[in-house]
Amino acid sequence: MFYMLKGDRGGQALLLLLSIAVVLIPVLNLVVPEGHALHVSTFTVTLLGKYLAFALLAVAVDLVWGYMGILSLGHGAFFALGGYAMGMYLMLQIGDRGVYGNPDLPDFMVFLNWEEVPWFWQGFDSFWFAMIMVALVPGLLAFVFGALAFRSRVTGVYLSIMTQALTYALMLAFFRNEMGFGGNNGLTDFKDILGFSLQSDSTRVALFIASAVALALGYLACRAIVVSRLGKVVVAIRDTEDRVRFIGYRVDHIKLAIFTFSAVLAGIAGALYVPQVGIINPGEFSPLRSIELVVWVAIGGRATLYGAVLGAFIVNYSKTYLTGAAPEVWLFALGALFVLVTLYLPNGLAGLSKKKEAAV
Amino acid sequence: MSALAKIRETFRRDQVFDFVNKQDYSRVDTSHGQILYVEDVSVSFDGFKAINELNFYIEVGELRCMIGPNGAGKTTMMDIITGKTRPDQGSVWFGQNINLLKMTEPEIAQAGVGRKFQKPTVFEHHDIFENLEMAMAGNKGVWSTFRARLSSEQHDRIASVMEIIGLSDCAKQRAGALSHGQKQWLEIGMLLMQNPKLLLVDEPVAGMTHQEMDKTGELLTSLAGEHSVVVVEHDMDFVRSIAKKVSVLHQGSILAEGSMDEVQNNQRVIEVYLGE
Repeated sequence: MFYMLKGDRGGQALLLLLSIAVVLIPVLNLVVPEGHALHVSTFTVTLLGKYLAFALLAVAVDLVWGYMGILSLGHGAFFALGGYAMGMYLMLQIGDRGVYGNPDLPDFMVFLNWEEVPWFWQGFDSFWFAMIMVALVPGLLAFVFGALAFRSRVTGVYLSIMTQALTYALMLAFFRNEMGFGGNNGLTDFKDILGFSLQSDSTRVALFIASAVALALGYLACRAIVVSRLGKVVVAIRDTEDRVRFIGYRVDHIKLAIFTFSAVLAGIAGALYVPQVGIINPGEFSPLRSIELVVWVAIGGRATLYGAVLGAFIVNYSKTYLTGAAPEVWLFALGALFVLVTLYLPNGLAGLSKKKEAAV
Repeated sequence: MSALAKIRETFRRDQVFDFVNKQDYSRVDTSHGQILYVEDVSVSFDGFKAINELNFYIEVGELRCMIGPNGAGKTTMMDIITGKTRPDQGSVWFGQNINLLKMTEPEIAQAGVGRKFQKPTVFEHHDIFENLEMAMAGNKGVWSTFRARLSSEQHDRIASVMEIIGLSDCAKQRAGALSHGQKQWLEIGMLLMQNPKLLLVDEPVAGMTHQEMDKTGELLTSLAGEHSVVVVEHDMDFVRSIAKKVSVLHQGSILAEGSMDEVQNNQRVIEVYLGE
């Protein structure tokens, strides 16, 4: 494991911070009494957990964009699909505690006068089945989409537009009540996960820890790819695709493998996000969301992985702060941040520390 | 071809389906002395015949130079051999047993045809060692590439290729920082790492100084024998210095073939190059 992090200062710092946070934050939240100066509120814990899920998503985007050069403007779709899979599980855990008190049907189905749970909801009452779907559904979509796109050698801006269209189409579909995913309102009003109440502090802390562990593992997995020969070939594909093909690599297979892996990571991030924010709705599919997360990676620094984590934290923290302090300014601030970083820090914030190395 | 004709072709009774009768790409059968057979190949782009009933053969270990004016179809010919362009008709066989027209670019590369592009194309963000490492022959599937570790023999192999192309002093230098000539050599080195049997080299000395040209000439002649080499080049002095046999391409077909002197005294070649 250690050879992966050799020479990766940012990664070492990230894992160190994560391990400290995993120990410290639960203590500060659960043990230190409320009102004490060092107490960390549950709200903050959940907020940090949400950022961690976003950071994992950003790492997934960085792998395909920073390293492989595929600007995916639809990664939000994979994130949302993972989120929906988790949401379906949480929905079926509500049981008769919903507004309508129907033990078998989620509220929105009662509202729509449905008689029974549709077939594609079958199995989602089992946690493990839902967890498999969290990875499988985004992975499968990415696999089919990628197989078609990469085989026909769609690249560059055309591919970006197609990914954008993909997430837009999914958004329109999920907005429809007939789809069976709660339509406009999405899935919400969750009660518990694996029998633990989502409202309780300890569950919140556990979700935070799960997010931190997932981010650490996801980071290490991406790092393992990046330092392997496969990682070198992936960067080579970004730089000169033809040359890679003519030295005997199946470029389409490699792209497909990385793209699918990245989509699975995004799905897992989505599944961690949903129980912490308590809702998933079609808004997550909106193209704007996907573009925003590309901006995180650009601001943090492409092709560094830890830069993506940095970007996700900085942008989302500013968002939380600004949408509270001065809501009307937020979008302008995001735009300005993006423009300034592109102009003055082409390698992002991570580029500040590693000017000499030059982008990989 | 109409749909019916296609179906008839597919179900011809004197052949076996491709997926039943898998081609064995691992071994090239060159028992008749030829490594490349290009026969009756034509291709046209929007009505323009880039290649017109092209025929030629490359012998095992031969160094062949291809010359011809701009637009004669030299690069298109390479595109066809390496699988980038599919011809409208004709056949291209690698040895006696490998039909290149049914294969994809990576398969052709794996079978042992290496290609250097006209513009030197190396992986600029990787160092020289990594460039060669990636090009190394072996299983290039996704998983085996992920699991790949360098053995000491492979290390030695990379070192020896760096020796051959004269870049062993700068193994850790980024390829993007190399000079134009060095990039050309590195690209040739990447071809060598694939253990190719046939090397297609497109304009290897374009933009090189005279010393670099001499060095490239030596490199290519030393490769011939063990490998078959096809060089496409504009620079006549360079061609004269290395070529034993020259083919002149004009309007997509072979105009003349022979030693440099024969070709230069050929009346039709003179017409094409110098006008009436």
